[in-house]
Amino acid sequence: MNAIQKLDRRSFLKTSAAATGGLILGFYLPEHNQLQAQSAAGKLNAYVRIGADDFVTLYIHKAEMGQGTVTSLSMLLAEELECDWKKIRTEFPGVDPVAFGPMQGVFGSMSVRTSWEPLRKAGATAAEMLVQAAAQKWNVPKSQCRAENNSVVNLTTKERLSYGSLVEAASKLPVPQQGVALKDPTQFKLVGKSQKRMDTPAKVTGKTTFGIDVKVPGMLYATLQRSPVFGGKVKTFDAAKAKAVPGVKQVVQISNGVAVLADNTWAAMEGRKALVVQWDEGPLATTTSGTIRKVFADMAEKPGAVARKEGDVAAALSTAPQKIEAVYEVPYLSHAPMEPLNAVAHVRADGCDVWSGMQIQSIARETAAKAAGLPPEKVQINTVYLGGGFGRRGGADFIAEAVEISKAAGIPVKLQWTRDDDLQHDTYRPASYTKFTSALDANGMPTVWNARVVCPSFAGLRNGVDRTGVEGIAEIRYAIPNILVEYHPPDVGIPTSYWRSVGYSHNTFFTESFLDELAVAAKQDPVAFRRKLLAKAPRMLGVLELAAEKAGWDKPLPSGRYRGISVVDNLGSFNAQVAEVSLEKGKVRVHRVVCAVDCGYVVNPAIVVQQIESGIVYGLSAALRGEITIDRGRVQQTNFNNYEPLRIDEMPVIETYIVPSTNPPGGIGEASTPAIAPAVTNAIFRATGKRIRKLPIKPEDLA
Amino acid sequence: MAIEFTLNGKRQSVDVPPQMPLLWVLRDTLGLTGTKFGCGLQLCGACTVHINGIATRSCGAAISSVAGKNVTTIEGLSSDGAHPIQRAWVEADVPQCGYCQSGQIMSAAALLTRKANPSDTDIDQAMRGNLCRCGTYSSIREAIHRAARYAGGSKVETGGAQ
Repeated sequence: MNAIQKLDRRSFLKTSAAATGGLILGFYLPEHNQLQAQSAAGKLNAYVRIGADDFVTLYIHKAEMGQGTVTSLSMLLAEELECDWKKIRTEFPGVDPVAFGPMQGVFGSMSVRTSWEPLRKAGATAAEMLVQAAAQKWNVPKSQCRAENNSVVNLTTKERLSYGSLVEAASKLPVPQQGVALKDPTQFKLVGKSQKRMDTPAKVTGKTTFGIDVKVPGMLYATLQRSPVFGGKVKTFDAAKAKAVPGVKQVVQISNGVAVLADNTWAAMEGRKALVVQWDEGPLATTTSGTIRKVFADMAEKPGAVARKEGDVAAALSTAPQKIEAVYEVPYLSHAPMEPLNAVAHVRADGCDVWSGMQIQSIARETAAKAAGLPPEKVQINTVYLGGGFGRRGGADFIAEAVEISKAAGIPVKLQWTRDDDLQHDTYRPASYTKFTSALDANGMPTVWNARVVCPSFAGLRNGVDRTGVEGIAEIRYAIPNILVEYHPPDVGIPTSYWRSVGYSHNTFFTESFLDELAVAAKQDPVAFRRKLLAKAPRMLGVLELAAEKAGWDKPLPSGRYRGISVVDNLGSFNAQVAEVSLEKGKVRVHRVVCAVDCGYVVNPAIVVQQIESGIVYGLSAALRGEITIDRGRVQQTNFNNYEPLRIDEMPVIETYIVPSTNPPGGIGEASTPAIAPAVTNAIFRATGKRIRKLPIKPEDLA
Repeated sequence: MAIEFTLNGKRQSVDVPPQMPLLWVLRDTLGLTGTKFGCGLQLCGACTVHINGIATRSCGAAISSVAGKNVTTIEGLSSDGAHPIQRAWVEADVPQCGYCQSGQIMSAAALLTRKANPSDTDIDQAMRGNLCRCGTYSSIREAIHRAARYAGGSKVETGGAQ
């Protein structure tokens, strides 16, 4: 019942098309917006297919990890196609660089931003072709016909033809080459209004297929013993005891460790416990969080690559009446999606099939091909739902492992990570260390923004700078005349990658906390201080004012409650947050968070609210407890008892206020994660007078 | 030796090692994959099922311990998503990634059986063992209150009863 049919997109489309005919429209995202109609038998780089059965299929070249992409993108199509919302089906297509570009997948909160125009154009173009087909059938001018609710209406006779009955004729028409008119947003019927998510019914009945649920014929279940020390290698291993565990079928070595294959997951886990492996631990065996911090701190004393330079910082500092310095730091963090990583792989001599929940199918295919020793065209990637991603599933290390194990064992396998695998072999949000210097003029306004950022690089250096290390510090919107931001990429051997909101996840904490310090030094109210510095940044100012107003910033709080504010622009969106906290028994309690967000035109307000709440919980979990520590080259955290996300009894009331906007949509999936930590620590400062410059917040910070 | 129990209202017999956790028997042996693996140490609640009506982490329940008992999984909570908790979950559009939601729903359904009209404190106590990394907690709270309002809904557990 869980076996997934091999989803060969080409044969699937051919079969469906042969059975039902259909209008298939292909177009390219995000670089090109060309539209191309396909006859059913044509080159099948299609995105949207309207079948003779009236069903509309949207091939989403993204992935659904909770951010609502399936729903939002379907809405964009349905709006212009005038189709029955309930008749849209969605599929995740295989990798196709011609159709979907070189980076097929979901990252950078891009889905709605890059699909906003093309998907509406596709819908409008298909509708236009269906109208033309109907006009020809009725032999009336096009102007007498209108697309409406999955059919074309003859405005004179009130006759209707269903889309399904028109697709064959429509697919023979040339695609309109002149720009098809798109609706003015004031005419939207679906977009801009809260719609229920399409994926909910399956998710409340346990029917959604995640990677962990995939089962293919002849498959064994695998676990993998990796080196406990980063970079370590297998010296020798003894599989005798592992093989004696009931259910264990094979033990194979791959480049990254020793895999145990069994006829169920639990047997594979038990077999792994019985495995005896000797490791060559390599050069990181003496690394600790302390040695790493020393590398960072030493680097921060030397000039780095210039990420941003304006004015003359040295001159401004030499004449300033008041100088302020501070060092901020954050630890490594794990992504810890609820679904531990997994992948099903089946490597054969002539090809390889992969099933997994992944964010970037293009990277998955390249990685799998390399591991299988096959050309990428021979690798079929099948995307299923993701039990959380947060950036972790943007990589494909777990897919490479599954492919290697399948290749070594000669059968299809499902590699299942455990929670300790997940926490101990993540590609982590980097630790980061920033030294700030600023100066205030006689009016208490900052004249200098000087930061030396030490943060491991994973996205590549350009002119010595990895922008993921400095984003949120270098690109500040505050009007400060002299700016110098420098950057160092320490290489300490801990794997790092994208983590929800990336560099902003630490740099907004640094920036918004240090700015708060400046406001205090200037003896100014934090909102008033920011207001002055944001006079020329209207969208930042807009969210700042709205959050302050809705939070009642100027109104008194009950005794023992304190407020803090922060504001950020990332991924094309803007948001400000006011946190209301109290300190109880050496712990901070966040009672209420008011978030004002300007994310441009809103496609589905309910999903925006969901994502704002989601991002705040993710950021708050990290601020309160998130910390990956290293000892002897090993991660010390093992499970949710020592890497514990926020629980329901700690959940603040979150109020989200959306700024109405006609700007193009901005990203929302990662927008709210950065600002919560500084909003909370700025509030704690109001309570204690003690500035928190290091996350996570510790009991001693609250005394 | 075969172990017998009642699964979603039907007699079930499995021949697996007695210490094998119910979670993996459900998922790998019986193909009921709605129950999820999250931590293996009863810390996250993703694997929550009902054993004799009580919300239980199936990752920590050896199959031998459920012999002769009634087990209800998300698949057995209702045949069609009609359980009040599931209806409320749809109405409140709770899930995001959805991975933890089978466990959340099973914990919430057990709470409503115990307490027809739970307070926020009751909800905190009953649900704090269920982690959600997408942060759907406020929607979960709203949906539990909503389900409690559905008349009579809290007393019925369709499908899983004998």
